[in-house]
Amino acid sequence: MIFEGMAHKYGRDVDTDVIIPARYLNTTDPDELASHCMEDIDGSFVSRVKPGDIIVAEENFGCGSSREQAPVAIKAAGVACVVAASFARIFYRNAINIGLPILVCPEAAYEAESGDLIRVDLDKGEVTNLTKQKVYQADRFPEFMQEIVAAGGLMKHVQNKAKGTGGKQGSSGTQKAGGTEGSGADMAGAPDGAGETGGAGGAAGKA
Amino acid sequence: MTRPMTVTEKILARASGQDEVRPGDFINARLDLALANDITAPLAIREFEAAGLTDVWDPERVVMVCDHFVPNKDIKSAEQSKLVRDFARRQGLANFFDVGRMGIEHVILPEKGLVVPGDVVIGADSHTCTYGALGAFATGVGSTDLAAGMATGEVWLRVPETIRFNYEGEPDHYVTGKDFILYTIGMIGVDGALYSAMEFGGEAIRNLSMDGRFTMCNMAIEAGAKNGIVEPDAVTGEYCRGRARREPVMARSDEEAEYARVVDIDVAAIEPQVARPHLPSNTVAAAELAGLKIDQVVIGSCTNGRIEDLRMAAAVLKGRRAHPDVRTIVIPGSQQVYRQAMKEGLIDIFIEAEAAVSTPTCGPCLGGHMGILAAGERAVSTTNRNFVGRMGHVDSEVYLAGPYVAAATAVAGTVAVPEEVLA
Repeated sequence: MIFEGMAHKYGRDVDTDVIIPARYLNTTDPDELASHCMEDIDGSFVSRVKPGDIIVAEENFGCGSSREQAPVAIKAAGVACVVAASFARIFYRNAINIGLPILVCPEAAYEAESGDLIRVDLDKGEVTNLTKQKVYQADRFPEFMQEIVAAGGLMKHVQNKAKGTGGKQGSSGTQKAGGTEGSGADMAGAPDGAGETGGAGGAAGKA
Repeated sequence: MTRPMTVTEKILARASGQDEVRPGDFINARLDLALANDITAPLAIREFEAAGLTDVWDPERVVMVCDHFVPNKDIKSAEQSKLVRDFARRQGLANFFDVGRMGIEHVILPEKGLVVPGDVVIGADSHTCTYGALGAFATGVGSTDLAAGMATGEVWLRVPETIRFNYEGEPDHYVTGKDFILYTIGMIGVDGALYSAMEFGGEAIRNLSMDGRFTMCNMAIEAGAKNGIVEPDAVTGEYCRGRARREPVMARSDEEAEYARVVDIDVAAIEPQVARPHLPSNTVAAAELAGLKIDQVVIGSCTNGRIEDLRMAAAVLKGRRAHPDVRTIVIPGSQQVYRQAMKEGLIDIFIEAEAAVSTPTCGPCLGGHMGILAAGERAVSTTNRNFVGRMGHVDSEVYLAGPYVAAATAVAGTVAVPEEVLA
């Protein structure tokens, strides 16, 4: 999957309260949530965002509350992908589970500015800042997560498992660190934690 | 001979049917409990039903608590609670807690013995990490993860690295678990423990009450942690006696267990803490904020809404009145806490101090209801987050503190340490 869109750039520690304030959590309607997306950090976001745009942020994007309404609001607002230096762990899982593509790519995140045209190739894990004419390599999803992504999201993965077609994660068990592409080794060199899995990126957008 | 493991690793090894696990392993863990509330359950239920699933894996172990926007603050919240209630009835959930029976989820689950040491718990609420105080592995997830957990009784997890925090020495009388954790977050930052387990130990933790331990583990998420945990000991055992619904498994970390980092903290050096807007890591000694005018004080929440917290607040408020310019709101975390506070005369103390006392609810903590701030207003709150707009208007401010500082501030009208008011 390839996305091309305009960057909306934010700093570090963007919390889920500013992504979707709790005063709007009395609904689960994606469009209604989208109409308040980023309201407390960027009041004009909703009027500026266009389908296919890309949110770019520094460390710890999506920290705070577990509200899945946060990635839901972003996705329903038309955002194609979020590129960040790192993600808070619950947000990271939620985004994958609901099919909002996300990518951990610190250099791309630091150097991008609002208004830059960004191209994301999820399969290659490649971020290109077309405005700055620079290409960045993000990490790929580890194998474990690729199974969820390949199934089309977590609930489909669960359905497959129920039907006995879920592959090797079908029962309680383990996949060893180091045997998993992009996990253990990458983690050690990434003090901020490059994703729930150490590695991140890839085609998360099929759910 | 298995590798030496931390308490978190031991719990996850057992839950995944392994002799051992190590950080970075992906496991499928068997759940002891799955939890959702009135703002996260509706999404989970929708996912669950959209996937064509009909029955939860175990109606005894799927817990739902309506606590955030209840008693319902508006029609939309009422519709959401109704959706949860209807699902709970349909599924025959043994542990569904509604108005009158409910309390704040992370106060009532331990109180009712629904979580025991050694458990693996996921909750569609980020403060699910609270239960680590019991020596359980507990972590927050989103609604879809919860929906999958409700269906299968399992969750996939990456085994976290563990950061060990040793709290040694004797704290000052007015320094509480809240001050320990605020101080720690101030030290490591809001992503200082990202993806990791925070294991709290040392002399000062062994001497800390269960309520203090709940407060500390509750805020592990504010440092980005996957879970907070205290190795179960005699204090844990005493708490579980007579309430644990299942047999506890009291795992402890091996002496040779590997830690990603060990942080030693001298609690004698910790002063009562306040986290300034807009991150829980913006901590300073409360004394440094002396004179800062405050409009509202909130005492309660899943962080500090337990009986010991109310006792601390009452110790300061007894025989005193809240400053005329401060709206003081006390919210016991559960019906049991409320009742105990009544028996001990604490509610009288609060009302005589001209504080409002509310039925249990998350309410103002997340800007839901029961104490929303106007533009330019400032609150001192015993809650857990002080993000932009967290308690109301985007131009309002939240200062996080423990119950002693909050109560002293209510009396003084400006940020205060207890000694100032009690003198």
